[in-house]
Amino acid sequence: MNDFLTLMKPELVITFIIFLLLFIKIGKGMKNESLLPLVQMLLLLNFISGFFFNKPGSLFGDMFYTTPLVALQKNILSLGVYLISLLCADWLKKTAHMPEFFILMLSGLLGMFLLISSGNLLIFYLALELASIPVAAMANFDLEKKRSSEGAMKMILSSAFSSGILLFGISLIYGATGTISFSELSHQLNGSPLQVLAFVFLIAAFAFKLSVVPFHLWTADVYEGSPIATTSFLSVVSKGAIAFIFIAALYKVFQPLQETWYWMLVALSVITMIIGNLFALRQQNIKRFLAFSSIAQVGFILVGISSNDASGLSSVVYFVLIYVFSNLAAFGAAAVISEQTGKENIDDYKGLYRTNPFLSWIMVLALFSLAGIPPTAGFFGKLFLLTSGSVRGNFWFIIIAGLNMVISLYYYLRVVRAIFMDKNENPVEKIHVSSTVKLGMIICAAGIVVTGLIGKLYDYIQSLI
Amino acid sequence: MNLLLLIATPLLTALAVLLCRNKEQVKWTSLAGSFAQLGISFLLLFAYNAERAAGNTAQMLFEESYKLLSSPNINFHFGVDGISVAMILLTSFVLVAGVLVSWNVEKMTKEFYFLLVLLALGAYGFFISLDLFILFFFLEVSVIPKYLLIGIWGSGKKEYSANKLALMLMGGSALILVGILVLYFNAGNTFDITQLSQSGISGHLQKIIFPLLFLGFGVFTALFPLHTWVPDGHSSAPTAGSMFLAGISMKLGGYGCLRVATYLLPEGAKEYANIIIILSAIAILYGAFATMMQKDLKYINAYSSVSHVGFSLLGIGMLTQTAITGALMQMVSHGVMTALFFAVIGMIYDRTHTRQVNEMGGLMKVMPFTMTVFFIVGLCSLGLPGLSGFVAEMTVFMGSWENAGTFYRIATIAACMSIVVTAVYILRAIGNVAMGPHPLPVSASREGNNRLSDAKWNEKLAAIILLAGILAIGIVPEWLNNLLRPAAEVIMNRIGVK
Repeated sequence: MNDFLTLMKPELVITFIIFLLLFIKIGKGMKNESLLPLVQMLLLLNFISGFFFNKPGSLFGDMFYTTPLVALQKNILSLGVYLISLLCADWLKKTAHMPEFFILMLSGLLGMFLLISSGNLLIFYLALELASIPVAAMANFDLEKKRSSEGAMKMILSSAFSSGILLFGISLIYGATGTISFSELSHQLNGSPLQVLAFVFLIAAFAFKLSVVPFHLWTADVYEGSPIATTSFLSVVSKGAIAFIFIAALYKVFQPLQETWYWMLVALSVITMIIGNLFALRQQNIKRFLAFSSIAQVGFILVGISSNDASGLSSVVYFVLIYVFSNLAAFGAAAVISEQTGKENIDDYKGLYRTNPFLSWIMVLALFSLAGIPPTAGFFGKLFLLTSGSVRGNFWFIIIAGLNMVISLYYYLRVVRAIFMDKNENPVEKIHVSSTVKLGMIICAAGIVVTGLIGKLYDYIQSLI
Repeated sequence: MNLLLLIATPLLTALAVLLCRNKEQVKWTSLAGSFAQLGISFLLLFAYNAERAAGNTAQMLFEESYKLLSSPNINFHFGVDGISVAMILLTSFVLVAGVLVSWNVEKMTKEFYFLLVLLALGAYGFFISLDLFILFFFLEVSVIPKYLLIGIWGSGKKEYSANKLALMLMGGSALILVGILVLYFNAGNTFDITQLSQSGISGHLQKIIFPLLFLGFGVFTALFPLHTWVPDGHSSAPTAGSMFLAGISMKLGGYGCLRVATYLLPEGAKEYANIIIILSAIAILYGAFATMMQKDLKYINAYSSVSHVGFSLLGIGMLTQTAITGALMQMVSHGVMTALFFAVIGMIYDRTHTRQVNEMGGLMKVMPFTMTVFFIVGLCSLGLPGLSGFVAEMTVFMGSWENAGTFYRIATIAACMSIVVTAVYILRAIGNVAMGPHPLPVSASREGNNRLSDAKWNEKLAAIILLAGILAIGIVPEWLNNLLRPAAEVIMNRIGVK
């Protein structure tokens, strides 16, 4: 019982918050203005509580396991959710159904927690569903907008499709090995054709969720249609969770098949980086732009994953942490501008610096971090990914990744150029940034500037592995 | 002497600039900060010479190391030898002058000075780093300031130039990155230059890594045919930006080619030396002839920079001690000279509002000080004895001549020939701008030539500081030689007798 409480602490805390919100909703109800600070406070407490009592252990016959590293991964996701609640405060206050939004988001988060902790294909599948279905509802949250419903529809269909593929893969694996437990699976795998086929189905399902090319087609439309709070949850928290479980599955369970998946990852990574970057070049809408940029970023994450050793794991965790700061800062700035002026196009950002220097610096800092230029943390993140990717000595792969960094710089600079250099008669008017949002942005900016220069942090992540 | 001062001072200056309330404060803060950095660089020079005089023969002095990460193994490892000291001195000279000539930047003054100081920070950090990762970090730090300086405060097709520069430099960085990663994993998991120089990297591997690193740094230092960002970037940048780009940023590349590529990979350097010589000879001649065709003063100096930097690369490619010393001298000399050149062009442009040579004339009468400086720097560029250019180029030629082979002789003679071309374009430009009866610059201020004012105090001070540098190298080159030659010897010892 005691174990149950400590080992499942993150899940229990989230469940508690969900029920609390549910009671508030069906009870007397609260105004958004007073409820939002409460929720933010709870999410902050959730994040802080994630630092304590992190013992390794497993429950329910190895169906659920946790280690300090898993706890850290969960905490990174909690941090992301907390930041979203700060950055999208303007939009959240205005929505008619704010408690529901948080209930859905936290249910998704709960699914992701279980996903990272899963030690069994069954739990893994259930948790994945719990992590994706609420997100589809969240995508539909701009109720009056047609695009939002369209996005939600695409999301639920593609997600159902990928779940189907995943289930098929799982059943094939069960047929081939006779087990669905992760720890037993790794002993049963021997690379027979049937196992490889099942594995390909699994990879395809992961690729869907991570929006790896060629399974990325839903991404841009869903990102564009959804409210920015949902988009940032999808692109940061959801992707981070899938990346964590993907790497755990590959390193722990499918280790015997590593020769097979190494080349699969290389191919997927190269094509993802190139396609993501090339499509991002021409985007006008900032959300679509960030969608393709996040596709390209996943390509880089795959570079790190391909290393198949401890450095791959630590560099991916580190990168996701930095990615939380950078991407959320970019989405946060875009959210404020879109919420107050309705402008979402890169051309609308022309001359932004003259009227909104604070927002401009946040945006530019975030974009440089995404592009991987020092002194931002993104530089270190990308570099560690590339360093671990080159462990196997496949330097052509690294050269391709390096050149992709150049291409990506080109389109990130497009936005910088619009903000700082292009002239505009009617720039976006002066926007009042509320103190909550400002706090969120400053946390992100501090994270972007400081994370890279604190070597201890990366050492700490490595010490957990 | 604590080398961290060289990073802390610009950092503090940059932060202080951010806190300033108005433009006057911003200017004086950055001026004070840059003079402090100049003072520190001089202190470093004296401290370095004192250590050497006291018989300290360690390769690197004032070494310090702080651990950043254990895996990958990254340390903040700092240290200087003669080359770094000379480069640091150059950086602080150019920074002071750059701050002074930007005195009348009206648009976003605070941001301008902030980025300028940040640029210097990157350069200092680069020159004192002995850890390849940290070196690469500082090399990259300067990309954002360069991009923004050109894009926001530049002129002409500035967005295009800024983009081109950022992307080409980033491409170069990608090659460097791959190069240092290959080194890291094949030479005992270390980024440390001193450790790498002791680990035996196989000749085969050196021949693979060398082109990556040399081409990567070559982009920064305008190695032909990767020089195409130079003319656009230099001519679109604001005055201080051009001074920095040509005076320091290009030297980052040269320093990297020598310290990282050539020093760490001697076998690779020998393998590709001939190609470097051919490329740099082409750059020297091509740069010189391309300059002849230019009519815009900034383009003239930008293309002539390609030609002059070619001498440095030629010296590196020749792989003799004298040639490498000459290459380093050329880097320092060209840095000071080209910074002054751009400063003077900026002064002319501020007054006449044109940079077209054929629209100007007779400026000697109305701007005697500016034009005198223009004269001197022009003569320095074409290699007049007594000025820095002569000393540096002469050393490179002598070093090159030590290689007795028809191929080397032809390359050396071809490079020498460029001096004639240099004389043609420099004298023509000076003649057109300073002399002659030309009445009114076409697009100049309405009042005409007679109302054009001469340099103000800040511009005079900037020019005098840089002129002092040129003369100090030109008249008594001994101190610079003493600084560079031992360091070049260390590199040569590693390369071995050819």
